[in-house]
Amino acid sequence: MADDKAKVKLLMGNEACVEGALAAGVRFFGSYPITPANEIGEILSDRLPEIGGKFIQMEDEIASMGSIIGASIGGLKSMTATSGPGFSLMQENIGFAAIAEVPCVVVNVMRAGPSTGLPTRPSQGDVMQARWGTHGDHPIIVLSPHSVRETFDLTVTAVNFSEKYRLPVILLMDEVIGHMREKMTVPGPESIEIINRVKPTVPPQWYKPYEDNQTGVPPMAAFGEGYRYHITGLTHDQMGFPTSKLDEIKAGIERLFRKVTLALKDIQLYEYIMVDDAELVIVAYGCVARSARKVVHDLRKEGKKVGMMRLITLWPFPRRALEAIPQKVKKLVVPEMNMGQVYREVVRVNAGRARVVKVNRIDGELITPQEIAAAC
Amino acid sequence: MFMSDEKEGIYNYLRTDKKFPPIWCAGCGNGIVMGSMLRAIAAIGLDKDKVAVVSGIGCSGRTSTYVDFNTLHTTHGRALTFATGLKLARPELTVLVAMGDGDALAIGGNHFIHSARRNIDLTAIIFNNFIYGMTGGQISPTTPSGMIASTAPAGNIEPAFDIVKLSEAAGASFVARGSAFHIAQLNELMEKTIRKKGFSVLDVITQCPPIYGRYNRLGSPAEMLRWQEGRLLDRQEAEGLSEEAVKDKILTGVFVDAEKPEYCEEYDRLVARVQGKAGR
Repeated sequence: MADDKAKVKLLMGNEACVEGALAAGVRFFGSYPITPANEIGEILSDRLPEIGGKFIQMEDEIASMGSIIGASIGGLKSMTATSGPGFSLMQENIGFAAIAEVPCVVVNVMRAGPSTGLPTRPSQGDVMQARWGTHGDHPIIVLSPHSVRETFDLTVTAVNFSEKYRLPVILLMDEVIGHMREKMTVPGPESIEIINRVKPTVPPQWYKPYEDNQTGVPPMAAFGEGYRYHITGLTHDQMGFPTSKLDEIKAGIERLFRKVTLALKDIQLYEYIMVDDAELVIVAYGCVARSARKVVHDLRKEGKKVGMMRLITLWPFPRRALEAIPQKVKKLVVPEMNMGQVYREVVRVNAGRARVVKVNRIDGELITPQEIAAAC
Repeated sequence: MFMSDEKEGIYNYLRTDKKFPPIWCAGCGNGIVMGSMLRAIAAIGLDKDKVAVVSGIGCSGRTSTYVDFNTLHTTHGRALTFATGLKLARPELTVLVAMGDGDALAIGGNHFIHSARRNIDLTAIIFNNFIYGMTGGQISPTTPSGMIASTAPAGNIEPAFDIVKLSEAAGASFVARGSAFHIAQLNELMEKTIRKKGFSVLDVITQCPPIYGRYNRLGSPAEMLRWQEGRLLDRQEAEGLSEEAVKDKILTGVFVDAEKPEYCEEYDRLVARVQGKAGR
């Protein structure tokens, strides 16, 4: 595609994340220092003031998360970036963003845990935390890039999804992706789709900030625009005020889930690689998908019918896309840099049809193609 | 006549058609503090659309529910962090942050001192009733030593924070203390605190008769208000009095009114500087 403004650059994943965020329209970033996510905040502290955007280094990650919610309510597209320990601290306010339906993006450049763990070593140990880290039933979207270019694209997608569905969206990178440098073409603005939250068009006195509609996503007014309304983390009615009425509680929480369920086709991103005739399929995501791709190509050369399903959206888990596979293959191999977090999902969806094998490393080292091949 | 006008003023800023009566107990001082906040807003003549009230969790946290502005009821202790993001995104808003003593100074203590250090233009109103009321009467960072609480049945062995000294040391550009009893003074302090650019703190001593009062046998709401009358002393009146006469008093009034760089304005200057450089 002809793209005059496209620029070829050598970028690391964290830098591509910054480029994606700016391209998507992020104009507020609040964060706290943490390895291996630091570059994102450092570069944005330089870039955001240049374009009149806001950067602030907060006193901790709880504050970072609070600040991006506040800024989003003020109308700015907002983002933060962190790693495991900081991600743990953000969880309560992520839940606030989920129930109050405040668009925002949380980048988690995963390092090995638990606790302080291995600050400079890669891991994929936060997959389940990204889904269930905050308390209570809540919808969430989690995306996982496998390359520098895809980090750019998925950062844009994360911002778009957050705006479109009024949700916190987690960009779950692993340290390898965050710090790896690759050549990438930065797309020009004309080739990037930008989605902005829908704003109310009714007069302020008619505005019901949490009223249901066909999409389940109510229009959102920013504070200061003349729509004086109430936002709370308490379970609320369609006017945004706290409620303890059973029918209102149920309707409100069900809508939170329905708005995601209605959009599963849009949200659940994945890539099939030589799956059509495969007898064995590797299910992988993030940096491990790079090793897995090599395995597919190597084993194909040997005549083995191996394919791969690469998960791009981790949550909501792309169940339908995976479900079709075990009906025709004998074996699923799930390599990941944790004790088997996505493996459990694959086992659940497989429902006993194919054999499911896991390949895990938790020592802060990459999973090699040889290790995956040995399980195939 | 004056009284009815006064009432009109407050009612104009309340969501009386939506969320009344409030959840606050009979005799609670929170309504007095909220009323004072609204009188100050009316006196300054702020546009309702340009005011945001951000609150934390607890009895005081419900303030945001009842007032007709842009209102944000956040998580426990984190009101200042949400307010910081909102203020940076919309510097034209007057952002008032209603917090309790536990909310602002225990779970939110870190955010409190850093907001003060940054001197970001937020008005922090601390509803200081010396106790966690909503959760049933546990000790807070302002519960005086020796007082009884549900988690200090034999008396509180911890010393209390002095909000004025804490705020001043942390860098707040305006610090004042008032009380629910001294309502005329409170109205005046409230107005000054809201008007001040920069991080401004108003410590409002208020009564919690059904919890703190009951645990400590402090009597009826009226008796608790009389305690405020007796124990609090305007610092201007205290001048010239003997050391003995002010020994047991809690001083009120304005303690800090300093000119310091405000965060949002500093940020704007940074943007201008950076953009100017880029232009050259």
